[in-house]
Amino acid sequence: MSLHAATAAEIGRGLASRQYSSVEVTRHFLERIERANPALNAFVTVTAERALEDAKRADLRLARGEGGPLTGVPLAHKDIFCTSGILTSCGSRMLANFVAPYDATVVERLDAAGMVLLGKTNMDEFAMGSSNETSFYGPVRNPWDTAKVPGGSSGGSAAAVAARIAPVATGTDTGGSIRQPGALTGLTGFKPTYGRVSRYGMIAFASSLDQAGVLAQSAEDAALVLGAMAGHDARDSTSVDAPVPDYASGLEKPVKGLKIGIIREFFGDGLEAGTGTAVRAAIEALRKEGATVEELSLPNLPLSVPTYYVVAPAECSSNLSRFDGVRFGYRCRDPKDLLDLYRRSRGEGFGAEVKRRIMTGTYVLSAGYYDAYYLKAQKVRSLINADFRRAFERVDVLMGPTTPTPAFGIGAKTDDPILMYLNDIYTIGANLAGLPAVSVPCGLVDGLPVGLQVIGPHFSEQRLLAVAHAWQRATDWHRRLPPGFA
Amino acid sequence: MANDWETVIGLEIHAQLATRSKIFSGSATAYGAPPNAQASLVDLGYPGTLPVLNGEAVRMAVRFGLAIGAAVARRSVFARKNYFYPDLPKGYQISQYELPVVQRGEVEIVLEDGVRKAVGVTRAHLEEDAGKSLHEGLGRASGIDLNRAGTPLLEIVSEPDMRSAREAVAYMKKIHTLVRYLEICDGNMQEGSFRCDANVSVRRRGETAFGTRCEIKNLNSFRFVERAINHEVERQVELIEGGGKVVQETRLFDPDRNETRPMRSKEEANDYRYFPDPDLLPLVIDEAFVEEVRAGLPELPDAKAARFAREHGLSAYDAGVLTASREIAAYYEAVAAGAGEPKLAANWVMGEVSGFLNRDGLDIGDSPVTSAALAGMLKRIVDGTISGKLAKEVFEAMWNERRDADAIIEAKGLKQITDTGAIEKTIREVMSASPGQLADYRAGKEKLFGFFVGQVMKATAGKANPAQVNELLKKLLAGP
Repeated sequence: MSLHAATAAEIGRGLASRQYSSVEVTRHFLERIERANPALNAFVTVTAERALEDAKRADLRLARGEGGPLTGVPLAHKDIFCTSGILTSCGSRMLANFVAPYDATVVERLDAAGMVLLGKTNMDEFAMGSSNETSFYGPVRNPWDTAKVPGGSSGGSAAAVAARIAPVATGTDTGGSIRQPGALTGLTGFKPTYGRVSRYGMIAFASSLDQAGVLAQSAEDAALVLGAMAGHDARDSTSVDAPVPDYASGLEKPVKGLKIGIIREFFGDGLEAGTGTAVRAAIEALRKEGATVEELSLPNLPLSVPTYYVVAPAECSSNLSRFDGVRFGYRCRDPKDLLDLYRRSRGEGFGAEVKRRIMTGTYVLSAGYYDAYYLKAQKVRSLINADFRRAFERVDVLMGPTTPTPAFGIGAKTDDPILMYLNDIYTIGANLAGLPAVSVPCGLVDGLPVGLQVIGPHFSEQRLLAVAHAWQRATDWHRRLPPGFA
Repeated sequence: MANDWETVIGLEIHAQLATRSKIFSGSATAYGAPPNAQASLVDLGYPGTLPVLNGEAVRMAVRFGLAIGAAVARRSVFARKNYFYPDLPKGYQISQYELPVVQRGEVEIVLEDGVRKAVGVTRAHLEEDAGKSLHEGLGRASGIDLNRAGTPLLEIVSEPDMRSAREAVAYMKKIHTLVRYLEICDGNMQEGSFRCDANVSVRRRGETAFGTRCEIKNLNSFRFVERAINHEVERQVELIEGGGKVVQETRLFDPDRNETRPMRSKEEANDYRYFPDPDLLPLVIDEAFVEEVRAGLPELPDAKAARFAREHGLSAYDAGVLTASREIAAYYEAVAAGAGEPKLAANWVMGEVSGFLNRDGLDIGDSPVTSAALAGMLKRIVDGTISGKLAKEVFEAMWNERRDADAIIEAKGLKQITDTGAIEKTIREVMSASPGQLADYRAGKEKLFGFFVGQVMKATAGKANPAQVNELLKKLLAGP
């Protein structure tokens, strides 16, 4: 088995047993990035020098026998995480000159685990998009078919791991931005419970929905990386002060006796036939392994997309006000006065999709519209929450497709934002309710990966990872590499 | 006629809370640091940073709530007030909007005629202050100083209960006293730690509906509050009597020109788009915390004044003056206890001490005559060492030389002569020096008694004990 086809966990074991050094592993991935990235556009910044320094440090640590399972394993961070001394662009012209003066908590913790930073990955601008086409740095291409999108907004991280130019990568998920690209590129995309991972240093899109997670090759990798980045952080008031279980040690729990609920609303019109078939087959296979399956209705779930497109833009319209050309980021040339500085810095610094959402958000919070939109959306949000709560009184996990279709063509949906928004129809619910969810590869349709989504109650990360791991022990979809990147 | 009109005033007071660090970051709040020396990444609104609530600010807000008998909200919510301004780094101010931490309460003010009046406090909420824009000395550019950005404020909103500028000032002074008693605000108005906005309207006497109000922003002295309100009332009355209408707007007071004028409408045409801040969880306060804070409350000014009146026999007015600040009250109490004569202590603190402090522009804490020193001097009055009249001279020397009374009395030889033999000797000398007057007195001209007292006092440079002089004189003048 070649090095790059190894999972992060396998690389970690290889490092621990001194089969190779971290410097060797890191060089291998840096070379692969150099060869493959021009076609994929997965990285905004490659931090080769920093990577080799990290690797040397990791090797010393391993030599002293002080390493952990991730020490010396390379990773990539989505360019939404602040990295001290390194460009942190958030996929935007607005921050194309922004060298962060500090590390995000996620970055700090994975650094402390001894991981090696390969670089920062491309993403939809400010994480607003489902195809990675809104990036200031241009679209990312799907390694399974470079004419197709990798999904978004964590499209760069997904493409990088799918093409095995990085063993594992971080992502963020506000409405599906880890699970959807995970599904479209054949990866294990894990979004934890809201509050499980600190948001400090993660540039905010919609604060009540944003959650950091992992794009990985396997449930085991996701368990290891999540375990290293999760936990309470006093710098984020919404981070939850609860102990982090040893996710990796809980993976082997069998699915026998697991109560699976199938979300009826996820199998209606709009679900592409091949995707539906693959997902149903996966659930049937789990039933044969000893799980029980029942169909459930979450009647308010179809309201997820409209609810999300009120709540998320509202929060983003306020979160993005700090980008005003005064203290950091893009500033227009020769502003005439203050208003001109604001207008042109923001007008020139933000792309079309970001502006669309800022305007939508400003509108729904305006006097006279607040009750009709924002307040109503919050009420629907709590109804969706209640739907999930009721469902979890009956079942352990909910299942359904991650996306309605496999990856679509670059440019296919860019003219129709509504069509684009509907791509997240199955993923948004978990964000609105703050639930953990994972997408695992469960088949190929016309050579493109399809994802099975598993959603659990709050803080059921361990259960979700065990289910994903059981599925991956029984199948090899997660070990298939895109042709051309083997 | 101005008498046909009634004024209605409500105040929004901003008290800067005396926490060491900011409300949502660990930066220091000290005044006067070089620009931006106290602005962290959080204060600068850097991408990815998040607010973390300072528990001390909450404790201070609860102290205030309990002191005005208000309900402390078990759950309150921080919202974002969205607007663009260079000294507002995040593009929004975090402030409690729909659910404030302190709800309805009340304070009592005492008017000049001694009438007491209750003023309702609608609410008090926590919020962060903005930075400052600097427009001087930078050529065409403007500077931004974010040291103040994120400083905790308690915004105290009154009911429209006040009916004159004087009532408004009395209320503002009352709150000023209270926040300093509670040690939640230094009350420094020059530095902007305590400032207010005044909502002013007028209506014809007898009307029950409110007139259209104007808000006068950023008044940072008691004097300005009084003047600004009076000018605004005058303006509104003239406007209406001239057939015009008051427009609801925000105005600024210009103390140099003694007028209020509208702020540019651009600055107030904001739709703030308030919504709950998703970065902060609702603030939940439990009963145990409230009780803990209650247990730590100091004796409040009203209670202290009542106690002074009751236990020290002071008038309500004197008790009020002596409790205007915690420091004055403590000074007075120490003097009263040390001298054992509360009324005498009260007279001296309100008289000489406050007169000298005013003259020299000092605070009671800086008084050259400490409470112990003053008590020491009062004891010398009580025990007859010095007369009340000489005491003023002693006090002035104590003030200037920072020495205690006994040292001054000794050095200046001001000690009262109480030795009967010495006084008798002086009287005999005076008698032999004035044989004519003595003969007249003995012949029945008793008015001459005063003449002899004067001569004796003159001869002893005022130091002879007057009571003893009287007694001995009577005896010696009467016969051989």
